[in-house]
Amino acid sequence: MAVGHRIFRIGTGAGFAADRLDPAVDLARRGKLDVMVLECLGERTVAFAHRDRLADPRRGYNQLLDRRMRALLSACRASGTTIITNMGAANPRAAVERTREIARELGIANLKIACIEGDDVGGLLHADQPFMDEPGTIAAIEHKIVGMNAYLGADAIIPALDAGADIVIGGRLADPSMYLAPLMRHFGWRNTDWAALAAGTLVGHLMECGMQITGGYFADPGVKDVPDLAHCGYPIAEVSQDGSAVITKLSGTGGCVTEATVKEQLLYEVHDPAKYLTPDVTADFSHVEIENHGDNRVRVSNAAGWARPKHLKVTVGFDAGVLAEAGVSYAGTSAVARGRLAAEIVESRLKTTHGLKSDIRIDLIGASSLFATAGKVTPNNEDVRLHVATRTASREEAELLLWEVEALLCCGPAGGGGYRGVITPAIMTKSVLIDRAMVHPRFEMFET
Amino acid sequence: MTRIRQNERNLVRDIAHARAGDKGNTSNVNVWVYDPADFALLKRNLTVERIKREFPQLMRGRVTRYEVAHLHGLNFVMHDALEGGVNASLNLDSHGKSWSYLILSLKLES
Repeated sequence: MAVGHRIFRIGTGAGFAADRLDPAVDLARRGKLDVMVLECLGERTVAFAHRDRLADPRRGYNQLLDRRMRALLSACRASGTTIITNMGAANPRAAVERTREIARELGIANLKIACIEGDDVGGLLHADQPFMDEPGTIAAIEHKIVGMNAYLGADAIIPALDAGADIVIGGRLADPSMYLAPLMRHFGWRNTDWAALAAGTLVGHLMECGMQITGGYFADPGVKDVPDLAHCGYPIAEVSQDGSAVITKLSGTGGCVTEATVKEQLLYEVHDPAKYLTPDVTADFSHVEIENHGDNRVRVSNAAGWARPKHLKVTVGFDAGVLAEAGVSYAGTSAVARGRLAAEIVESRLKTTHGLKSDIRIDLIGASSLFATAGKVTPNNEDVRLHVATRTASREEAELLLWEVEALLCCGPAGGGGYRGVITPAIMTKSVLIDRAMVHPRFEMFET
Repeated sequence: MTRIRQNERNLVRDIAHARAGDKGNTSNVNVWVYDPADFALLKRNLTVERIKREFPQLMRGRVTRYEVAHLHGLNFVMHDALEGGVNASLNLDSHGKSWSYLILSLKLES
């Protein structure tokens, strides 16, 4: 293929599983994008998707896939924008099949949809496999394994793009790799051009959380005001041949792109800034330059890179039962005292009367909750909420917790109200490493 | 961005902004001064020892401070600082997303 030297425009249309859709449609229509990336997997999302697939073999992909594809396919076809996404989660094939059905319904002919597989490494790992970043082995976990997926890099995506895919759907595609792959292809970067790969990885890292670089997860009234967050725009990266890029957003959208928003995202979920590991490269962000380049335009450059890691990271998901949470509120004078009395009653009932075995945690929201372990207490609040939680493999224990908190309405302190209780599935994940030679990414093309 | 006047600066939040992220049971919080002139003040106030001293129950593991001097920022990596993290914590905020404000709420001491 010909190597292009023109600026490559790549945008984000989702930065996590439940991200907004309407600004993605706006970006698809007006962004003149070469590629739109929909990044929809967290560390634990694939494990939840495996559970969905075990319950129904036609499921196991992003629950918003239908709505996203229905809203974006026509606009991306009209603008010649390629979509790259990991919405396939635990079942890329079903996600591709569903996307093909939607494209047909929309009357989009000759759409090439690539399905990337090979990230599911279930059966390839031994039970004595040690964890990557903590003591212990897979065998030491008593919960049932629901799935294990290796993080695939740009080399898993490029062949599908070479084959002319309009849509690329995979499972555990590493977040920055979905950005790096089309950049490598467009600019002709080789897979040992470590500095270029690091530059492309920096672009991916900055873009992968969507609005976290355009003003989302940033506002703090009075010191960090952000305009019109209700209509925040998704980010666009205008990438040059050398891998430097301008991060920006559509005119007329809310949010802001400033040196400060870019800095916060630069080290988001990064440990050593000089050693950010992906399947593609060991990237060094410690000398990155960040400079204003006009209104809502920030230029980033000067990432360095070294050889990619020898192993791939694998996320192993375990079925950890359920999380049970229930609460009751107290307001007015003595609210904190009544809330604390309620906490004592519930603890006594659950632990002593019923002999509940699982750990429980009791917070008094408004007085002490998120920062309880950090030692922060606001003792005089007149509007507090008791919150009781446990993780348990036993449905019976979970239901008992909800029952005892609800019982406070008649049996607890004066003036309690607003009971809610909810039981949700719980997943546990661990990370292990796998030899690259054991992982075989592959793609298959489907057409409408 | 609104600048806090010199005589009204009491908290880290008055001179810096921050973002928290998580990987397993490890939290990282990056902190950036608004004004490069305040970087030395930030470094004096936010030491590894101070972070461990302020939150002894929470900071159960190793704390490392990385410096990105040319951008006037610090990155704190706090191992075993998420009460088990998103897999195990019963904290409503099991990701520790709010840990950025634990640090921003600290008083400027020196």
